[in-house]
Amino acid sequence: MAHFITSPAPHVHSGDSVRRNMLLVILALLPAYVASVIEFGWGALITAAISILVCVCTEYLINRYVLKEQRQTIGDLSAVLTGLLLAFNLPSGIDWWIVVIGAVVAIGVGKMTFGGLGQNPFNPALVGRVFLLIAYPAQMTTWPTPQGFDTKYIDAETGATPLYYLKQMLATGDSSVIDQLPSLADSFWGVMGGSLGEVCAFALIIGGLFLICARVITWHIPVSIIATVALFAAVTGWTGHLPEAMTTGDYVLYSLLSGGLMLGAFFMATDYVTSPMSAWGKIIFGVGIGFIVMVIRTWGNYPEGMSFAILIMNACVPLLNKIRPQRFGEKKK
Amino acid sequence: MRTFKIGGVHPRDNKQFSAHQPITECPLPKQAIIPLVQHIGAPAQAVVKEGDKVKVGELLAKAGGFVSANICSPVSGTVTKIGDWTDAWGAPGQAIFIDVEGDEWLPEINRKPDLERQCTLEPQAIIDKIAAAGIVGLGGACFPTHVKLLPPPGKKAEVLIVNGVECEPYLTCDHQLMLEHGEEIMIGIKILMKALGVQRAIIGIENNKKDAIEHMQKLAQSNLGIEVLPLKLRYPQGGEKQLIDACINRQVPSGALPIEVGAVVDNVATIFAVYEAVQKNKPLISRVMTVTGKYVAKPGNYRVRFGTPIDEVIAMAGGVPAETGKIIGGGPMMGRAMDHTEGMPANKRLSGLLFLSETESVRPEQENCIRCGKCVQACPMGLEPYLLSRLSELEMYDELEKHDIMDCIDCGCCVFTCPAHRRLLDGIRPGKAKVGAILRERAAAAKK
Repeated sequence: MAHFITSPAPHVHSGDSVRRNMLLVILALLPAYVASVIEFGWGALITAAISILVCVCTEYLINRYVLKEQRQTIGDLSAVLTGLLLAFNLPSGIDWWIVVIGAVVAIGVGKMTFGGLGQNPFNPALVGRVFLLIAYPAQMTTWPTPQGFDTKYIDAETGATPLYYLKQMLATGDSSVIDQLPSLADSFWGVMGGSLGEVCAFALIIGGLFLICARVITWHIPVSIIATVALFAAVTGWTGHLPEAMTTGDYVLYSLLSGGLMLGAFFMATDYVTSPMSAWGKIIFGVGIGFIVMVIRTWGNYPEGMSFAILIMNACVPLLNKIRPQRFGEKKK
Repeated sequence: MRTFKIGGVHPRDNKQFSAHQPITECPLPKQAIIPLVQHIGAPAQAVVKEGDKVKVGELLAKAGGFVSANICSPVSGTVTKIGDWTDAWGAPGQAIFIDVEGDEWLPEINRKPDLERQCTLEPQAIIDKIAAAGIVGLGGACFPTHVKLLPPPGKKAEVLIVNGVECEPYLTCDHQLMLEHGEEIMIGIKILMKALGVQRAIIGIENNKKDAIEHMQKLAQSNLGIEVLPLKLRYPQGGEKQLIDACINRQVPSGALPIEVGAVVDNVATIFAVYEAVQKNKPLISRVMTVTGKYVAKPGNYRVRFGTPIDEVIAMAGGVPAETGKIIGGGPMMGRAMDHTEGMPANKRLSGLLFLSETESVRPEQENCIRCGKCVQACPMGLEPYLLSRLSELEMYDELEKHDIMDCIDCGCCVFTCPAHRRLLDGIRPGKAKVGAILRERAAAAKK
């Protein structure tokens, strides 16, 4: 009697895979990466290469020698993505050994200690970044001014980021710093100082829209973050907390286009593992991030708070996962 | 275009292999095997004994309870054995074995192909005829049809919803039936409307069957109260609750039957059987089965008498392809993979045979859950499959009940969509069975 393969239904699969999703996110990051290579030249290439290489090696070595897993997981490309995202969150001219430490912390502490992909409560790339920000505050806030391949990798000409000036303006009410800000167009296209991958809002938005269209992420998290930040900035303007030289509309746009906001909203906060499952969970998560980042930017010690905002909301995810999706046939309360 | 509101997935429909293949009669077998369980509910009780001569249409076994169904003989010949039998999945049961002799039908069965349009019977007489004919839902669940037509006291049906969706990939038997027997289905709908006392019927058809939509629309023009509703392609639209949501925008509450929102749902194949039973006195003795798959030599739609060994049906379609790894009874989303084909007969439950090659048959290795939430987005019942699966593994039955595991309809959307290839349903099914048992125990204890 011939026997055939048996297994429970369903017998077909969508063809989706972890690797495919990671690959699509990496693809979506490429426009922003190209922009940053154009802005920062060699620094962008070297920093990203080191970060990715060290992330992948760390995961491989921990899997093989510490966890003694039979199956390697680097093929799912999540370590590559973490490496790329970590590099996006570093200044392009940072010393190579700091990148190495950041990558080891991101994968080693942020991801593998919890059991690898899917188990980590915090976004690994941000764990690496925040570790570096606290351990090497000077190097982590030295931003090369963009001069393309003329930007020196080491000892580059440096300057402050737009968020630093915005902070000055809010703190002192001094409108003279407004002249130091890049134009809104430059902010949009990314001709300004900042972390390696965060500067070109245009490229990040293109990549983010691609991810939404490809159904890799949903709109809930990015839209709720952006809407909350815009509303917070608008309220700041309407309640008369801005100098006269800065209109509310401009302040809203600067808030959205500077710092890690677009990078965070589309690529960091939407990390599958560390964001909520249900639609309402995602919206609350996004609103929380938007609110916290603006609180830090307005009253905190750091000019930028995207990393902290995302990590704080990461910690709330188990709680947010208690929110049930709308059940079929359930009366709306 | 309308569809249901929550979740759902888009599997490739792969209907091209057997679509538009005319329904072909499968020849009579030498021996027929008639299982006594071919429906949901109590097994039927045999009323014949070994050595009895039977004709086509004669009652072999009568319904064994309120939710149960008659089984009529699909062949003529001699009953040789009533006894143990094992199905293609290894489950034991009882079956009646008949040696086939000729093809002699009961005289009251009208075998002429002419349409019988007039039905003067009273509603109760119609329902009695349907019950006598042993008709069950041929869409997959096999719920006895006459039971659906008797709403519980205080409930009233408002609309008959006709399921022409056939959302399972690969299957084309309902599609072909609508194309070839649309008029009979229309008369069947009229009969059911009369039995239920409703003025309105909606035929839901997914728009990957444009010719069936057009054909049924043309026929519906001359039938007051019957409308054809094209539906956007989306699985599991043929699920009862999803179809009601898509057609009349009402959501059947958790644990309730469609009658709660005034709807009764019947599949087109079931309705064709109703026509034959009421107008032609012909009980349910055969059905159309789709035999299909990429490597099948002659994929098609075959009308098969129940009891015919499926090996003979497979032979009609050109035999088991050499590449075969898996044979599925039904469609690829909810069908069951057979261990073997020997001794397995066609029956009311078997809507098709799907052959998958070895490479199509192997389930990819599971990876860690990456908490992407795609299973939550895909679940048409608004459940959290990742959570249910985990809670089932941990045997946390109270939590499972609180998270509405009993609402799971087993559609497979979560497993289909999971990028980490998690076998979520492998965990959820046993959890649901256990919670169901706990609930029944509790209900029994409450009665005492």
